[in-house]
Amino acid sequence: MAAVKTQAPERAQGGGIAGALKGSLQQLLAFASLIVIAAFFSFASPYFFSYGNFTAILFSTVVIGTLAIGTTFVIIAGGIDLSIGTGMALCAVMSGVFLVKLGLPLWLGVPAAVLFGGLIGLVNGINVALLKIPPFIATLAMMLVAEGLALVLSDSTPIYFTEAPGYTEISTGNLIPGVNFPNAVLVLLVVALIAGVLLRKSVLGRYTYSIGSNEEATALSGIDVRRWKIAIYAFAGLFIGLAGVLISARLGSAQPATGMGYELQAIAAVVIGGTSLSGGKGSIVGTLIGALIISVLNNGLQIMSIPQEWQNVILGCVILVAVYTDRIRKKEL
Amino acid sequence: MSEPILHITGLNKTFGPVHVLHDIDLDVRAGEVTALVGDNGAGKSTLVKCIAGIHGADSGTVEFQGKPVHIRSPKDAAELGIEVVYQDLALADNLDIVQNMFLGRERGSSWLLDEASMEKAARETLASLSVRTVKSVRTPVSALSGGQRQTVAIAKSVLWDSKVVLLDEPTAALGVAQTRQVLDLVRRLAEQGLGVVLISHNMADVFEVADRIAVLYLGRMVAEVHTKDVTHGQVVELITAGRSGDIGLARPEHAVL
Repeated sequence: MAAVKTQAPERAQGGGIAGALKGSLQQLLAFASLIVIAAFFSFASPYFFSYGNFTAILFSTVVIGTLAIGTTFVIIAGGIDLSIGTGMALCAVMSGVFLVKLGLPLWLGVPAAVLFGGLIGLVNGINVALLKIPPFIATLAMMLVAEGLALVLSDSTPIYFTEAPGYTEISTGNLIPGVNFPNAVLVLLVVALIAGVLLRKSVLGRYTYSIGSNEEATALSGIDVRRWKIAIYAFAGLFIGLAGVLISARLGSAQPATGMGYELQAIAAVVIGGTSLSGGKGSIVGTLIGALIISVLNNGLQIMSIPQEWQNVILGCVILVAVYTDRIRKKEL
Repeated sequence: MSEPILHITGLNKTFGPVHVLHDIDLDVRAGEVTALVGDNGAGKSTLVKCIAGIHGADSGTVEFQGKPVHIRSPKDAAELGIEVVYQDLALADNLDIVQNMFLGRERGSSWLLDEASMEKAARETLASLSVRTVKSVRTPVSALSGGQRQTVAIAKSVLWDSKVVLLDEPTAALGVAQTRQVLDLVRRLAEQGLGVVLISHNMADVFEVADRIAVLYLGRMVAEVHTKDVTHGQVVELITAGRSGDIGLARPEHAVL
């Protein structure tokens, strides 16, 4: 007993050093790939390795990264969310409606746009958890609804934020004086930190893992699985709203037709980062690395003047390789 | 003989036209292992699920510690102190031992769980049950052997000041040494003063750990006997024919079926 009691607290998830290594190996692999890809571009192009370009890469990671963080929760819980791309466009439009058309002040309009994302997630959650619609179908339907609503609410024309002074500062401003480090990147880092802590340390995070790992066992442990699933989708929805604000603040306008395609990039980032599509496994750090890999690839290939079509081919192959190495690793260990 | 901690009388359960449980009476006493035996389809698992609140019983009364209670959901059962260890092990593979043991009843605030406290309590519970086979309480459950998983599932059920533990075939998929460990654990639960219900197909297991044996035959409770009063053969007869000598169902000529 005495010997048992004096043991130091162990690291949650994966016992001992071996367990810790095993748990973060996928992250290490993803991080190593990121370094290798970045090193390759640094040698291939003289323009890649510079502070300006790194900031540009981080800036372009913001939207995919924000969407991917929310989706990480949904995917760990064994779900999927296809509505995040067009949902983001809808939230951008809603931000325009709140700030420009209704003339609400920033402190009211911006949180309202973020909460609107939460509302999209809430509806997804209700469809999945209460109405038992498979997540793929429920969020596919929401993807179409959001795409249509974004066009309807904006009359299919971009909404410019010229009448909402200070709005673009949310993304393009520099909170840190004297350094060119866009606010959007700061926002991403802050929400990533919060999401990471919640996933590891909060009840929400714990149930996210347990629902994705064994939904029945979770229910038998007295947990209201339906309620928590709704909570997880709604929480992820907040990131849709935030991404909508960040992208429209960056562009200075809400573009109603730009959302489609972002959902697949975000899901790709989550998968590259080691989150299992079958649920129960994944991390925010991995997702951030996955989002960075996508940004670095896009950026580097653009700098090397590789056509957009080929960029997509390469990105697709990277996703396959990432999932394949994950499979091999699981068989070996 | 002490008063039963769990006293069930006249419990009936039907699924549509199928009458699965007929007027079941069952007593569970603190500090005793009650084996619940019966052939496949006799209604053992259904009875456990009625007690656990997963199925609602159609009629019958349940008294817990002398007071009539209504168990309508697993949560009701858990609040009374009735825990079930399911055959298919209700554990989440990707979570570690501590996380599984505290699943649904985490300590600390909702925003910041108290991992250190949970880890300490998990270690103490495992130690109190003399579980020594688990190296680290932070091992993911997926990395454990069948016996270790069963041990964790049982330890999870006693972590909460529980008073009655129902074990559904805890040794079904285990090897000899692991069965040994689990049976020792079952015995220790009773020694700690819990009322233990052990569902099993294995007569050797039943005779080794059970104080009393309750036999279900086609949805009827045909006998509740002390283990020392019966032989293997008699129990097997009760299971297969519902009757053994004077024990069990009345002879067909007297029976009112």
